[in-house]
Amino acid sequence: MMNPLIPLLVAIPLAGAFLTMILGRFITGIPRYMALATLLVLTFISFWLLVEGGTASSVYTLGGWEPVDGVPIGIYLIHDGFSALVLCIISVIGLLSVTYSISYMARYTSENYFYSLFCLMIAGMNGVVLSGDIFNIFVFLEISAISSYALVAFGVEKNELEATLKYQVLGAVASFMVLFAIGFIYWSAKTLNIADIRTAFSEGGYGINYILIQILLLTGFGLKAAIIPFHAWLPDAHSSAPSPISAMLSGVLIKAVGIYVIIRLFFNMFEITEGMAILITTLGALSMAVGVLLAIGQWDLKRLLAYHSISQMGYVIMSAGIGMILMARGLRSEIAALAITGGIFHMLNHAAFKGLLFLNAGAIEYAAGTRDLRQMGGLAKSMPFTSSTSLVASLSISGIPPFNGFFSKLIIIVAAVMGRFYFLAALAAVVSIITLASFMKFQRYAFYNKEQGKIGKEIREVPVPMLLSMITLAAICLLLSLLVLPGIRETVLAPATEILMDQAKYSSQITGM
Amino acid sequence: MKGMTVIVKKTTQLIAGIVFLYGIYIILHGHLTPGGGFAGGVILAGSFILLILAFGSDFMHLLKEEKGSTIYENLAILAFLLLALTGLLAGGKIFFANWLPHGTPGELVSAGFLPLYNIFVGIEVAASILTIFLALVIFKEEILK
Repeated sequence: MMNPLIPLLVAIPLAGAFLTMILGRFITGIPRYMALATLLVLTFISFWLLVEGGTASSVYTLGGWEPVDGVPIGIYLIHDGFSALVLCIISVIGLLSVTYSISYMARYTSENYFYSLFCLMIAGMNGVVLSGDIFNIFVFLEISAISSYALVAFGVEKNELEATLKYQVLGAVASFMVLFAIGFIYWSAKTLNIADIRTAFSEGGYGINYILIQILLLTGFGLKAAIIPFHAWLPDAHSSAPSPISAMLSGVLIKAVGIYVIIRLFFNMFEITEGMAILITTLGALSMAVGVLLAIGQWDLKRLLAYHSISQMGYVIMSAGIGMILMARGLRSEIAALAITGGIFHMLNHAAFKGLLFLNAGAIEYAAGTRDLRQMGGLAKSMPFTSSTSLVASLSISGIPPFNGFFSKLIIIVAAVMGRFYFLAALAAVVSIITLASFMKFQRYAFYNKEQGKIGKEIREVPVPMLLSMITLAAICLLLSLLVLPGIRETVLAPATEILMDQAKYSSQITGM
Repeated sequence: MKGMTVIVKKTTQLIAGIVFLYGIYIILHGHLTPGGGFAGGVILAGSFILLILAFGSDFMHLLKEEKGSTIYENLAILAFLLLALTGLLAGGKIFFANWLPHGTPGELVSAGFLPLYNIFVGIEVAASILTIFLALVIFKEEILK
């Protein structure tokens, strides 16, 4: 019996988006509640699936097309330990961003377009995460990407339009690369299902295209994930978007359509080769180090946060890469598992604290009307909740115990040391210290400066819906560190690691062999 | 945007209906012949666009048209989604299940849900291409004002 909740994860936000468009024309004020209801249902479903699914993974065949002679036909949706976690962060950050938007977006017009695009973006991301064949990944990737282009430009000022143009051009290049790679895969493997492609590739029928396909996919999804040589669009796009959208883009989108797909494809579709593993690790370490160095000189608060997204995603890519290297060498699989667990854990944590930081930045912009750190000052007195939640997020991202960022960074560094990657371990620690420095700068200039800034008006705390989502995210930042406890780690993080480590299992559950 | 000469207007009036009918033909035979919802929908939109180009934008009330086409677009997607959801509620309890009787292959009314899906995809594509066209025209007119 297939679980009927799985397709609803894509169907509900799609229905929500288009119902919002129709009803929003006739009833003013309803779009926000439609979006809120949609995201509430999604959050409930994704947590239900996480709890109920447990370690098992379930496959859903659309239209009931069963595999013929072990060859999958039709569209497959796959819900396993790894996708369950990503679905949860999509819904939770989405729900809190919508709650935040109720007050924040009141200054903008065209409310129904905003919430409709928001739901479409969620539908696209859920589709990417659930899809079991590579062409549907591309289709859903485009749905989420196109709605995010429109959302970045939502303010239609000069900066926003420039940022979205850059984002669109680079996004189109990325989509082209991905489509090109899919064409090559279809040419050499004669199938588009990820599990079936793996079977075809492992039988050796791929020839010279194999490395080209890998490079194209890494470039395409690397552009979406903003790994360092492909990062140019991210600081503009993430800082120009309205703040709840920045939180979604930085907190969720680059993970769901970038990091998730890279990890999924390179662990579950391709045979892990050492060369590719070293390439991925190098790119990860590079973006970790360069991202933070670019971040520290920024004075625009949201640009600073955007560069930190690049750096923190570097941690995730690097630890997945370390896991790949160890798996390719075929030794010490428990350390590989530790590294991969650390990466996934850091991905979850980053969604929580980076989402919170962008919401904080939005709150400061909402109250003080500026994003320039030099013009702020002394906000701790007038905005106590914003100040304290942003302190939580800053400590989390800099890796201070007992917040969640500390534990995931600790796992990554321990795994790197145990795998004898001493240089990478040291680099990760140094990057963490520079991160701390740059967030101390943020805290000092924004909140704890003695002199009042040059804003010249009275600053009040932001409205309740905004506070509510910030405080919830701060609590999540603390609660996520519980995932490191032995009993909880096995039930939440271990299934995700297991599905990535056990390469044969992923394809056997689909082809039924 | 001004309309064109009487010759163009008359010819377009004669042709537009035929183009429209051809679009409907392509959509309805989607499960039997090459083409289908998307191709037919583009042809449908083409007949509207021909009329707008020939008669000019002041003849048509473009903003009103745009509102109508947007609503059709949204309704078509919702109807498509509802059809897919009926599979979840009835029959084999599977999303996108084709639980209607399949009929004899080759006849116009056959293949269960496929013609219905094609019809709604056709409406959706026609409405959205028309909306894009109208949005561009309206945008240009607003700039020129």
